[in-house]
Amino acid sequence: MMELEKLLLNRDKRAIARAITYAEDDEEKAREIIRKLYKRSGNAYIVGITGPPGVGKSTLTDRLVKNLVEEGKKIGIIAVDPTSPFTGGSILGDRIRMQDLTTHPNVYIRSMGTRGHLGGLSKGTYMAVRILDIAGMDYVFVETVGVGQSEVDIIKIADTVVMVLAPGLGDDIQAIKAGIMEIADVFVVNKSDREGADKTVLELNMMLDLDMPKEWRPPVVKAVAQEGKGIGEVLEKIHSHKEYLISSGQLEERRKNRIKMEITESVKNKLMKDVFAKMGNEEFDQKIQKVMAKEIDPYTVAEALYRQILERRE
Amino acid sequence: MERPIRVLVAKPGLDGHDRGAKVIARALRDAGMEVIYTGLRQTPEQIVEAAIQEDVDVVALSILSGAHNTLFPKITKLLKERGAEDILVIGGGVIPEEDIPFLKEHGIAEIFTPGTPTSAVIEYIKANVKRLAKK
Repeated sequence: MMELEKLLLNRDKRAIARAITYAEDDEEKAREIIRKLYKRSGNAYIVGITGPPGVGKSTLTDRLVKNLVEEGKKIGIIAVDPTSPFTGGSILGDRIRMQDLTTHPNVYIRSMGTRGHLGGLSKGTYMAVRILDIAGMDYVFVETVGVGQSEVDIIKIADTVVMVLAPGLGDDIQAIKAGIMEIADVFVVNKSDREGADKTVLELNMMLDLDMPKEWRPPVVKAVAQEGKGIGEVLEKIHSHKEYLISSGQLEERRKNRIKMEITESVKNKLMKDVFAKMGNEEFDQKIQKVMAKEIDPYTVAEALYRQILERRE
Repeated sequence: MERPIRVLVAKPGLDGHDRGAKVIARALRDAGMEVIYTGLRQTPEQIVEAAIQEDVDVVALSILSGAHNTLFPKITKLLKERGAEDILVIGGGVIPEEDIPFLKEHGIAEIFTPGTPTSAVIEYIKANVKRLAKK
């Protein structure tokens, strides 16, 4: 254990990988590592990359990171892809777009399946970000699954949320306005060499101008990640958002909220484990039968279950 | 919840045919595994680096170019150098019978030639993965 921690602080990739596996598998060892090394966390700047499927999130991440490593920065990337709800399996293909970074000494990339977690990330993502932070990364990039309307968990992790869109989404921008559009700090219209890019930028700007005036008005940047166009500008906007967060005190606010969330999630997970441990036993099946027969309602059963768990814990 | 088996499906060498790799990736996914697919034309260094960063249980190599006798042993050698010899390495593709003993000597646990049903690969992985070593 001591050895793993030492290696982790030296950014040994095998040690990072193993620690993240513990986090993903929800093992006590992951919490132990974080407990011991928590003081070392808080130095990484966390960038979320989100957007609908197929807009080029992985390619954009690849280019942004390439620029940053040239400045000598150390970077961790977590790329999340969906897990099949039926088989529990997944194909994680984000590395395909990041091949050149694979062997870079200052870059660590990890693919994660959502493993049943909704919201665009996996349960292990939160701890994995902490581990990369503790390992001394300057930046951690978190790429979400392709999002629809409600996968907004990235706001709970990232300091800056980059929303990637592509031309041709058209009226969809209006449709997805609430929810995922509200969490963006920087908009990128990728593949902007395609027809309709200017229209998409215009619509985004119109939409943003309709919003209540805010201290930070999210900028809209055009890019062609595949060709490396617009990458510098996207980084510039990320940096100016960071400066805004710091000068306005918002960074502290965001991080405070994140800690709050981490604590509540952790409590929730522990309780859920107790609930699932109860499920499947005979008594529980009987309750379900009773609900089916309308002898009792689900909420009364839930309340009783909750009380049982609390009493046992006391 | 039981942790899924993590498999890196990789294509070393210069041939551009990834149909076999994609078929196997899908079959493993449908068997409940987490498959990390890295795309075409990977160098042994890239494959080993990805396997380590992803902390996989299995590396499944697919090759059709005929370079397996050089590339496969290079991968197992690099894994060993990084202290990751507990990863199960298997290979598939157009590989002549007479090359198989040589590859097995060099740390490739099993070779699957064309015509092998994907279920055989799945069963082999489930039976041979050294996942306990991680705990």
